[in-house]
Amino acid sequence: MKVNKNIAVSESGFLFDSMSGDSYSLNPIAAEILRLIRDTKNPEEIKQELLEKYDVSQSALDKSFDEYLFTLKKLNIIK
Amino acid sequence: MNKLPFERPIIKKLNTGISNKFGLRTELEPISNIDRVPVSGLIKDFGTPLFVISESTIRNTIHEAKRAFETRYPKVQFAWSYKTNYLDAVCRIFHQEGSWAEVVSRYEYDKALSNGVSGEKIIFNGPDKSEDDLVTASNNGSLIHIDHFDELYTLIEISGKLKKRPKVAIRVNMDTGIFPQWDRFGFNYENGEAMEAINKIMNSKKLEFVGLHAHIGTFMLSAGAYEVEASKLAKLAFEFKKKYGSNIDYIDIGGGFASRNTLKGAYQTGQDTAPSFDDYAEAITNALINSQLDTDDMPLLILETGRALIDEAGYLLGTVIANKKLSDGRRSTIVNFGVNILFTAFWYEHRINPEKEYSGHNETTALYGPLCMNIDQIRDSIQLPPLKKDDNLVVSCVGAYNMTQWMQFITLRPSIVLIDTEGEVHIIRNKESNKDITALEYVPNHLDKI
Repeated sequence: MKVNKNIAVSESGFLFDSMSGDSYSLNPIAAEILRLIRDTKNPEEIKQELLEKYDVSQSALDKSFDEYLFTLKKLNIIK
Repeated sequence: MNKLPFERPIIKKLNTGISNKFGLRTELEPISNIDRVPVSGLIKDFGTPLFVISESTIRNTIHEAKRAFETRYPKVQFAWSYKTNYLDAVCRIFHQEGSWAEVVSRYEYDKALSNGVSGEKIIFNGPDKSEDDLVTASNNGSLIHIDHFDELYTLIEISGKLKKRPKVAIRVNMDTGIFPQWDRFGFNYENGEAMEAINKIMNSKKLEFVGLHAHIGTFMLSAGAYEVEASKLAKLAFEFKKKYGSNIDYIDIGGGFASRNTLKGAYQTGQDTAPSFDDYAEAITNALINSQLDTDDMPLLILETGRALIDEAGYLLGTVIANKKLSDGRRSTIVNFGVNILFTAFWYEHRINPEKEYSGHNETTALYGPLCMNIDQIRDSIQLPPLKKDDNLVVSCVGAYNMTQWMQFITLRPSIVLIDTEGEVHIIRNKESNKDITALEYVPNHLDKI
């Protein structure tokens, strides 16, 4: 799992896709997950890190995390 | 170490275009308290869905309405419109504030009596009054607002038998410049039918003609229409005085004032567009004062305001059941309150706020109720924070019509609580049980066994 080279993300969660010209806004957790993907962490490692940091159940995290990755793939932000 | 609160990750495409010149805020501030009572506590004690009514808001609103009219006109009387919200606790707050009762059926009439309203302070409107209803209302000295000639002739017959002169007014419909014109209630002003009805009443000598009434529409965003209404009713009262030599007791302007809700499809919010009580009062009282009526003996001005007095006092608390993605990628959220209990979702874009704080990022969401029916859509598009299952929402401005037009359909109707002026919470209607619903059913013997 890798973030595409044409994707630029700012600290505040502004994402720009230089290929399509589209821009997006991410909430803090969405931006954090993208940073962790950039750091070449795998999904299980990312989820473990989030579980330790945030007050969330495993099932609630799994659902929202998987859905987010699905969306990122559909938008050609990660591959 | 304390863990941080979790928010569902969201990504939102940014669209460039012309910015909104009104700069409307996205309504994401949480509503964590209602009248200083924590919403989380209400949900813990009573569950969701839950209707919450603020007694302070009701009292403050009626005080504001009374101030607007009583400072402009010498004789003003509010009559609580039962159909808008006829929970006994709600009706009694209005009666404590001096409101009479305005009812449109025998069910509501009996409810008003059981709430302790004396017969003379009940206005009986509506097109359906049986002979028995008319006898009861006549015997109690109630104000009967005649809707059609059939009712007028029935009443003349009854009064002969009762040897009583029932107190009556006629309902008048008219062109006030709004569309559509409401002409199904009462007698028309422009074509002379209203005066004809008055003549029949006076010629019968069996009825005591005391007033004129009109109800020109609902959710009226133009105070000017009331000015036209009040002028025409005053003109009719003056014609009556000229012909019969006496003044009428009252002019009843009806209801229809808009609340601060936003109608579906409206460009601006109801908070920005709804006329204030002062706007309505200015239009109505100016028309009466500037009419040809005798300034020393002005008729009592009766107002049957419902919606504008109660809408803002009502809240609906609900909970997220699930989040889904629709086929076109849009997000949808399913909540545990449907159009069966939030009936006004068919007309309004209600203000819907989360119960707790979120990061400020929001997403466009379709909001569905829990019913297995395609029509159960609260909003086709609303900006909401990244809600997750079991998060709570607060819907505002739901005090009018929802608790009377709601229906028991698929699910049972929820509890209603009242927060009194001291912040005490009282249950004023229990949630329904299966037993409540099936109590009225019978199963024939041959269907005993299945």
